[in-house]
Amino acid sequence: MHSFFDPASPQARAVAGLWWWMFGVGFVIWLGVAALAVYVANAGHGQRESDDLMHVPPETRRRIERIVSASVFATVLVLAVFLVYDFSVGRLLAQHPQRALTIDVVGHQWWWEVQYEDPNPSKRVGTANEIHVPVGETVQFKLRAADVIHSFWAPNMNGKRDLIPGYVSTLWFKADTAGVYRGQCAEFCGLQHAQMAFYIVAEPPVKFAAWLAAGSAPPEPPTDSTLLYGQRVFMSSGCAVCHAIGGTEAKATVGPDLTHFKGRSSIAAGSLANTRANLTRWIQNPSAIKPGVRMPALPFKPAELNALVSYLETLK
Amino acid sequence: MTTLPVNEKLPADVTLSPDELLREAMALDTTWRDKPGVWGWLSAVDHKTTAKRYIITAFLMFIAGGIEAALMRLQLARPENNLIGPDRYNQLFTTHGTTMMFLFAVPIMTAMGLYFVPLMIGARSIAFPRLNAFGFWNYFVGVVFLYVSLFANTGPDTGWFAYVPLSGPAYSPGHRVDVWAQVVTFTEIAALCGAVNIIATVFKMRAPGMSLNRIPLFVWAQLVVAFMIVFAMPAVATGSTLMLATDRAVNMHWFNPAEGGDALLWQHIFWFFGHPEVYIIFLPAVGMVTPIIETFCRRQVFGYTAIVMANITTAFFAFGLWVHHMFATPIPELGQSLFTAASMVIAIPTGLQIFCWIATMWAGRPRLTVPMLFVLGFLFTFINGGITGVMLASVAFDKQAHDTFFVVAHLHYVLIGGGLMPLFGAFYYWFPKITGRLLKESWGKLHFWLFLIGTNVTFFPMHVLGLNGMPRRIYTYLAPTGWGPLNLLATAGALTIALSVLIFVVNAAKSWFGGELAKENPWEAAGLEWATASPPPPYNFIHTPLVRSRHPLWEPTVELPVVVGLRSDRREILVTTTFDARPDSRHNSPDGSIWPLYTALSMGLVFIGSIFSPYFVLGGLGVSLVGLLGWAWQSTQPSGVERVALPDGPIVERV
Repeated sequence: MHSFFDPASPQARAVAGLWWWMFGVGFVIWLGVAALAVYVANAGHGQRESDDLMHVPPETRRRIERIVSASVFATVLVLAVFLVYDFSVGRLLAQHPQRALTIDVVGHQWWWEVQYEDPNPSKRVGTANEIHVPVGETVQFKLRAADVIHSFWAPNMNGKRDLIPGYVSTLWFKADTAGVYRGQCAEFCGLQHAQMAFYIVAEPPVKFAAWLAAGSAPPEPPTDSTLLYGQRVFMSSGCAVCHAIGGTEAKATVGPDLTHFKGRSSIAAGSLANTRANLTRWIQNPSAIKPGVRMPALPFKPAELNALVSYLETLK
Repeated sequence: MTTLPVNEKLPADVTLSPDELLREAMALDTTWRDKPGVWGWLSAVDHKTTAKRYIITAFLMFIAGGIEAALMRLQLARPENNLIGPDRYNQLFTTHGTTMMFLFAVPIMTAMGLYFVPLMIGARSIAFPRLNAFGFWNYFVGVVFLYVSLFANTGPDTGWFAYVPLSGPAYSPGHRVDVWAQVVTFTEIAALCGAVNIIATVFKMRAPGMSLNRIPLFVWAQLVVAFMIVFAMPAVATGSTLMLATDRAVNMHWFNPAEGGDALLWQHIFWFFGHPEVYIIFLPAVGMVTPIIETFCRRQVFGYTAIVMANITTAFFAFGLWVHHMFATPIPELGQSLFTAASMVIAIPTGLQIFCWIATMWAGRPRLTVPMLFVLGFLFTFINGGITGVMLASVAFDKQAHDTFFVVAHLHYVLIGGGLMPLFGAFYYWFPKITGRLLKESWGKLHFWLFLIGTNVTFFPMHVLGLNGMPRRIYTYLAPTGWGPLNLLATAGALTIALSVLIFVVNAAKSWFGGELAKENPWEAAGLEWATASPPPPYNFIHTPLVRSRHPLWEPTVELPVVVGLRSDRREILVTTTFDARPDSRHNSPDGSIWPLYTALSMGLVFIGSIFSPYFVLGGLGVSLVGLLGWAWQSTQPSGVERVALPDGPIVERV
């Protein structure tokens, strides 16, 4: 689910093909040269000890010259073939889609903000750390960084692209196999660079369209008294300072959008599975799981915490 | 004016009795030996003394960097390990990279040059011995500064490449990144001092007759690298010392996009230095491989001119590759393809050298001594790293492999294979020259095999880890990623490397103090460094050798021809012409002096103080000025350059 060797897009497939070709040729060259070196080091073809140290006989010299020249020529040839092959793969990858679903991704220390573009602002879908894409359709990513440099990389889909403050980079791929693929920040970005993962969920177009439509609708407001209490805790004790929940007053964009939080498979950018127990643990003390994380531990009473978690669990 | 008799005198013609020779040697010894005592020790300027200090300090840095690596490997041995937290881990990998690149690899390669270049070209000393000592002390201040900071929990933590904005004032408050920037400054100065020294020494102080086409290949490599340092170091000096430090200290906003700066600019500046840096490590190592092969195959190297040209070509192209560290940034594809092509082209001169070495072995009769084993280990390991390097030249593939453990594997194959293996070979090869004692071969073989196995067990699995999605510089990973088993294997390999290095250290310590005594030329090698005692006396040679071929000690003549006439009652060196090495003039070489140390310490005050307040720069420069004045004052006596009268026509026969 997280490997270059298991490509799930034409882009990643082309690069994997290039890799296997390079690996084969490289392995043969390595084996040949290493074996030759070991052979000549052990064979002692040369002249006797008493021979002139400084001069090799002209005929031997000419033979060596020919062999060395041929080897250099072969090196040039292999490199030339490789260069042409590489450029052809490069051209394939550089074919920019004319019209494509565009997803804005913003790298934060240490999570991924995700926004599905739509001309109609009310249809824009915001989420975090989990990106749904339709199978068989080219998807374009517009990548920006909110703080330091990050790098967006899902090896099954395509190579990585750096997110650099002051720049907008683009990346595109067409998932051709449904599945859940893991990705991770590849550019060192500080304390929690190690725990800045995301998931690509490639699903059939119909399913994706349904997901996207549901995404722009706010979650159902709570009715149960515990859940209402949980929502009050969320709004009044600091959570809403950073997080947004669609359909409520919470609109902050400092931390991940929690509108459909329970629809995601992980907490804290791939650090924990999204279960109730993990969520409780996470809210109690985020730094214990992700030392250095920006999210503070707020002093909740057990009842508050319980209600808050119950409320968050309803954000499907 | 005294004239130097430059007519070559074979020993048969020189009518010096053993008594006279002894008197001459004793006079030279009194003139050239560093003064005794603590003061003398601190004032020492003998290039061999300085180089030995360099080599030992740099090797200690190798051990320190190795311990950091071992700690990181222990943390990564299993998923979700809790041995080292992210804060400490980030300091460790940053210090590991900074130590290995700036405080070990470059200094030790330069130091080998500072020790052997004068010996190999038949010179009494190095061109600027005090500058040399100054360079070392600068480096030493940097070493102490970095490690004191690390133990004070102020070790740099943004990577040895210190990308902005992470390393900028907004995201790295405190002094950790300042420490990094100033350590780099110290090593820049030290490297530049070494480089200008080597350039001047090689161009102007070669023994008569050593025309450019007879310079030993190790010296050629050192010369080429010295020029690379002169062009590369100013880039990182501009980037780190000027721009990053002022961004942090006085808000210059060079790299801050919010104020019109550019975050990507730093990467261009850093890698314009950073890529040549790799070849600054690799080329001297290549220069070590050639004499080892020549000596133990008992055959002059095949393709001398081709190898020299390959070195120069490599150095040239090394400056045109830096963007291949930045393929994942938003740089236009067409521009990137130029750097792909350049990255592939550089494989050609390297391949050419490898073919030349194999041809030399083929034509000769190899003896598998420990240095030769390390040369084979070099080929075995380095070619692997070279091939993955060509793969990474592909933009398409690099975007997958960049910043993953694949690159970690690649760079360690290149630097361990292409730098460390030849260096260890060179240690075994030249240890008897430096210490007068031989290293134990049996221990050396054990060291070699454990090191070779350890290196491959550590780094080979990392190729797979990288392609399986493991990014670099992560302090932990979750079990479901499946990266656990190969990481455990890599850790086992790292501990094997540690064991092999321990064996080497014990071997070196035991041999240094009680090993088998070495003769002048224990390997029957061809270079001039073997034409003097082991260890060499402070004056290097009683008489300056006269060179008639590329392999002076393999000449059929019974003894090495020499020129006479340099004074022995004061430090005097022979200056020769740049191309043909004809005697040109005699020059004084300075005595020992405390001022290089004083100046280095006062410069340390400037750089370290600048972290805390810009006013340290002003005050510190005043204090440094005293040092420079003292230094200049002492240099003025005794003065003078004496021209040497040249006989008509070239005195050097060509081969």
